[in-house]
Amino acid sequence: MSYELWILTVGSLAGMTCGMVGCFLILRKLAMLADAISHSVLLGIVLAFLISQSMSGIYMLVGAAMVGLITAFLVQLFSSNGVQEDASIGVVFTFLFAVGVILISLYANDVHLDVDHALMGEITFVPWDLVQWWFLPPLPKAFLMLSIVFILNIIIIVLFYKEFKITSFDPQMAAAIGIPVLLIHYLLMGMVSITTVASFDSVGAILVVAMLVAPGASAYLLTDKLSVMLVLSALFGVMAAVAGYYSATWLNVSISGSMASLNGIIFLLVFLFSPTKGLISKKLSSSI
Amino acid sequence: MSDLNLLQMILYDANTQWVLLGTMLLGIASGVLGSIALLRKQSLIGDAVAHAALPGICIAFLLIGEKSLVALLIGATITGLVAAYCIQFITATSILKEDTVICLVLSVFFGFGIVLLTKVSQSPAGNKSGLADFIFGQAASLVGNDVKLMAGTAFILILVTSLLFKELKLLTFDPAFAKGLGLPTKFLNFLFLTLLVAAVVIGIQAVGVILMAALLITPSIAARYWTNSLGKMIILSGLFGAISGMAGTLLSTFGRGLATGPFIVVSATLLFFLSMLFAPERGLVIKWMRRIKYNRKTKEEQILRTIYKNLEDCYLKSGLEECLVTTNAVASELAFSEKLTLTILGDLLKKGYLTQSGNEWSLTNEGLFKGYLLVMKQRVGEICLMHREEFNEEEQDQLTSKVIDKPTDPIAERIIYLLDQYNMKPAISPYEGKGLT
Repeated sequence: MSYELWILTVGSLAGMTCGMVGCFLILRKLAMLADAISHSVLLGIVLAFLISQSMSGIYMLVGAAMVGLITAFLVQLFSSNGVQEDASIGVVFTFLFAVGVILISLYANDVHLDVDHALMGEITFVPWDLVQWWFLPPLPKAFLMLSIVFILNIIIIVLFYKEFKITSFDPQMAAAIGIPVLLIHYLLMGMVSITTVASFDSVGAILVVAMLVAPGASAYLLTDKLSVMLVLSALFGVMAAVAGYYSATWLNVSISGSMASLNGIIFLLVFLFSPTKGLISKKLSSSI
Repeated sequence: MSDLNLLQMILYDANTQWVLLGTMLLGIASGVLGSIALLRKQSLIGDAVAHAALPGICIAFLLIGEKSLVALLIGATITGLVAAYCIQFITATSILKEDTVICLVLSVFFGFGIVLLTKVSQSPAGNKSGLADFIFGQAASLVGNDVKLMAGTAFILILVTSLLFKELKLLTFDPAFAKGLGLPTKFLNFLFLTLLVAAVVIGIQAVGVILMAALLITPSIAARYWTNSLGKMIILSGLFGAISGMAGTLLSTFGRGLATGPFIVVSATLLFFLSMLFAPERGLVIKWMRRIKYNRKTKEEQILRTIYKNLEDCYLKSGLEECLVTTNAVASELAFSEKLTLTILGDLLKKGYLTQSGNEWSLTNEGLFKGYLLVMKQRVGEICLMHREEFNEEEQDQLTSKVIDKPTDPIAERIIYLLDQYNMKPAISPYEGKGLT
């Protein structure tokens, strides 16, 4: 495949994966927690690198998933100990992120892992970072990781669709009919962590938040049905990735940054023009 | 020794002194405003504002073409305010929840900032502009005038907040009442948001856009552990902010070239951990000790009650008042381990409630008073439960003392009558001749 096609594929895969996970985050009011996880994942990646001394994807995934879960756990712990929930999110992620940045600048200065990369991603280099797995031809590492995470997420969502749906909309009822709400919560947090780390290479830790939240938020303004929301959200993710890539090459700016901006523009359009929940249609219907 | 020399060198360096003063004032200002933001549940808006400062900085740079701190900070303030208003507007007009909107605005503005940053670095002047330092903060790169600007603004912020303390306090805790009093709540809301944005903006050069939120949030929740009064909380939070600002600056200067922001954040978080553990009243250690004490007390009371009841049974069966209870009987009745039972029995012995003869125990006179009181309290509680329409369960303690001290009171008489009816009156009374038994 050509250079351009690889970037588009990887960007779209990241957009889809993030978009679908993001829907649940929005419905369960966990968006800020995802923001926190996407920051603290940096620490997981640094620790994985320092312990394993390699940039292999598996170590990164495991380290990120663990630190992601620790973040979710710490936030829970602090807020059950009398710290306001928003504040406990703020404390946890800034601390873990700060430790990650310090570790990077102390120990990992001379390797491929640097802070700018971690923040903004280097989707431009994705097509050259190839790995050979089993019988497959050499494929970009980011593509392989994103595909695995995408398939994993799809499997989890399909298997636990009912559970996710009920816990998202009515956690009390979910608990009453015997769904392990806490387990589902941590399952979702685990999905967020691995999604974040898989998208990390291409779009960076901070901009992954835009990919997680914006498509879902746009989709939420267009539909009331979860399945439609998931599909729409994935679609918006892909649209933002493709349009973001082309506008970035046109303007010669950061690709991941322009993908995030495009996500914002899509949201703005939906926010204004959504047929039922848009600002304009609301204004019109209230003036009649 | 060399470390000490280095420290001396750092402390006597004129620029470092300015930077220290600047980060200290910054810490105070953001700690103070952060506490109010925390109580208004707006902590994370500060996070969004900080991220949103990045595009403003870049736009200002692209417009002016050189690195003038004042212009950059004005740009940052404008986009910061725009972000804060976007959050409030979208939350108010759509079904999306505030946290989703904060996250959305934060990441989109930051993404746009990154786009602009790449644009800036392509311009000839921008290549070495050091705008990227704003992401993580580089206090050491601050030069005299920057620090004076930062320190001056921080000082003004502190001053304005202390002048408007009463109004802001009212706005925070009871906005409806504030409106009723005729305070311009809309204007105050705008003013507070502006102060918050200003605190964030002057902080980003030292702490960086990503971690600036921590300087608002962490000192204030640390302070929250120590006090319930807003005034004290603000002062403490300012103090914590100042300490972490200075400690972080010193640590990063030690490491030469390390970003300042992360160290400030780590210092602040350590203060938070210390507060969470050791604060009086709300600290975890105190709570934990209190719980252990309470558990111990409950167990002591259980054992005293059990011994009393065993003595009562024995008295009712045989008419003897001098019965003895074995350790095993107590342990098996309460399902305690033998070791635990013995420890607590030993404690009670030391307190003078028990007499021991080998493996068997009885109550001293003092213990009898205590055991009688505990058993009476329990049984009065049961009566309250059985006769909910007559007695309030929560008044159990008062009712018990009435029954013991003023048995002629009509309510006490009624309870004693009921106790008799149910055969529940404690049989061995230390108050002989006082109306009971």
